[in-house]
Amino acid sequence: MSNASTANNNMAEHERVADSAGGAVANFATEQLSLVERAHRFFHSNPVAAPAIVLLMAVLVFSMVIGERFLSPFNLSLILQQVTIIGILGIAQTLIILTAGIDLSVGAIMVLTSVIMGKTAVMLGFPPVIAFMAGMAAGAFCGWINGILVTVLRLPPFIVTLGTWNIFFALNLWYSQSETIRYKAIAEAAPLLHWTGQSIDILGAKLTYGSLLMIGLFALVWYALNWTPWGRHVYATGDDPAAAKLAGIRTERVLMSVYVVAGVICAIGAWALIGRIGSVSPQAGMMANLDSITAVVIGGCSLFGGRGAIWGTLIGALVVGVFRNGLALAGVDVLWQEFTVGLLIIVAVAMDQWIRKA
Amino acid sequence: MSTHDLVMKASGLVKRYGHVTAIDGADFELRRGEILAVIGDNGAGKSSLIKALSGALVPDSGEVLLDGKKMKFKSPMDARKAGIETVYQNLAVAPSLDIADNLYLGRERLKPGILGKVFRMLDKKAMHDHAREKLSELGLLTIQNIHQAVETLSGGQRQGVAVARSAAFARNVVIMDEPTAALGVKESRKVLNLIKDVRDRGLSVILISHNMPHVFEVADRIHIHRLGKRCAVVKPDTHTMAEAVAIMTGAMDPHEHPAGAFAE
Repeated sequence: MSNASTANNNMAEHERVADSAGGAVANFATEQLSLVERAHRFFHSNPVAAPAIVLLMAVLVFSMVIGERFLSPFNLSLILQQVTIIGILGIAQTLIILTAGIDLSVGAIMVLTSVIMGKTAVMLGFPPVIAFMAGMAAGAFCGWINGILVTVLRLPPFIVTLGTWNIFFALNLWYSQSETIRYKAIAEAAPLLHWTGQSIDILGAKLTYGSLLMIGLFALVWYALNWTPWGRHVYATGDDPAAAKLAGIRTERVLMSVYVVAGVICAIGAWALIGRIGSVSPQAGMMANLDSITAVVIGGCSLFGGRGAIWGTLIGALVVGVFRNGLALAGVDVLWQEFTVGLLIIVAVAMDQWIRKA
Repeated sequence: MSTHDLVMKASGLVKRYGHVTAIDGADFELRRGEILAVIGDNGAGKSSLIKALSGALVPDSGEVLLDGKKMKFKSPMDARKAGIETVYQNLAVAPSLDIADNLYLGRERLKPGILGKVFRMLDKKAMHDHAREKLSELGLLTIQNIHQAVETLSGGQRQGVAVARSAAFARNVVIMDEPTAALGVKESRKVLNLIKDVRDRGLSVILISHNMPHVFEVADRIHIHRLGKRCAVVKPDTHTMAEAVAIMTGAMDPHEHPAGAFAE
């Protein structure tokens, strides 16, 4: 009986002792932090900081070692052109990875939709706008297939996209009959598809519309991720799907929308690809899948979902571009470029492991 | 007992899973502005009862009244729209989003006019201001860190965010499922005070807890659930903890107690 009366007396003895220590537990108080902890917190709340520092240092080192040839407006715009395709696919990849998925089929969707655009315009003789729309629709459809398999059949995204990678690529070979559509044919039938390859010159820099398109896409997706409810839901779904569901988010619909949007972005990547190489080749962009993942990972996006910023992917793509270009200009063998990129990936993921610890 | 102003009332609730009866004709009454604790042994069916009240399950029969109106909740969203908020044991917060984002997760506010309608633009300022206001009302805030990610908070602070979220949006009822289960002594204290604050602001609170001292400290009345139905409603000042546990486990017949089985 006596323990009941103390309870009615509001709080038990052992709690009074704790209470005299002050009720500061839930006050969100700031505490003293060591330098390492402060660095950790900084990188934790600024996921773009680490890749930005790497990019800055790479640019500095290459400018000092190579000098003018590296730092010329022309060379810098060349790097931008070189990262355009990977950057655009990286946007799609970022969206998927933010939901804790991974998309191995982005490159295959890009190639397939480029073939569809080229064929519709050149072989079937449709107006370029229709060909373009057909490409976008095909991209959306490919993404929709991935989305259905992930949300309805609940298969792991890695396996789904490993499968659809092969399927889309096989369809691409079948539909194109492994034939390249040449530059001249496209230029005659559908100059619209070459638009992304045209450029404007500013102080010797050669900015292609494709590169500008990429930057525009980054801005658009940044807005969607940071300034719309959809963006919040993408982060929440990737972060903790059970919690997101309890908070009233329809996570399946969010996932579905992400895969469809990613498919459309891959189709836009196809447009940039046609502009960049001039022709439509069913063999183009073979490495694009893994390169896009590389850009996202180096950009500081967590493979476990819910963490990362879209600009990180642009920086990640630029880091790879700067290293490849700089090392090439310095006369370093291609294999050491690959070696360096591999090193960067591992460092980036190690950083992520450390940063993710709350 | 009908003289009291009831916010929520349920009668004859039944829910069967195959040949298991989780809710066996349970009744439930929640008064306006009270903290009603719901206690019961594991398997007594109290979580099923709570799920039926929060829309997480649809009972086979029986009815739920909110403010005298019959309710048919098909999902937690329905209950939420009716002004019933639930704080889940596993908190339902997104760790990497900040406090303000979490408060508004799933019900973001859009900018007025074309920015909101066409561009779906979030009204971050309104959300942050409101979040800040709610958190400081509940004494949970030192102003600068509303942009802190939830994962950087302690368990008690996260619970604080979850409670603040429910208090900010509930119009009638807040359901709290084991809010102190994962917390230390001091953090529990803070959360218990929060629960009382929520009640003092005029909301009704349903508190599910296994912690008898906590229940007896904050509850106005205690709903004792046993074998799928309500077997007694007692008050902390008419019954002792030992008696409540005895009723809950079946060691005591509540009708034999001088204060009776149903508290007035």
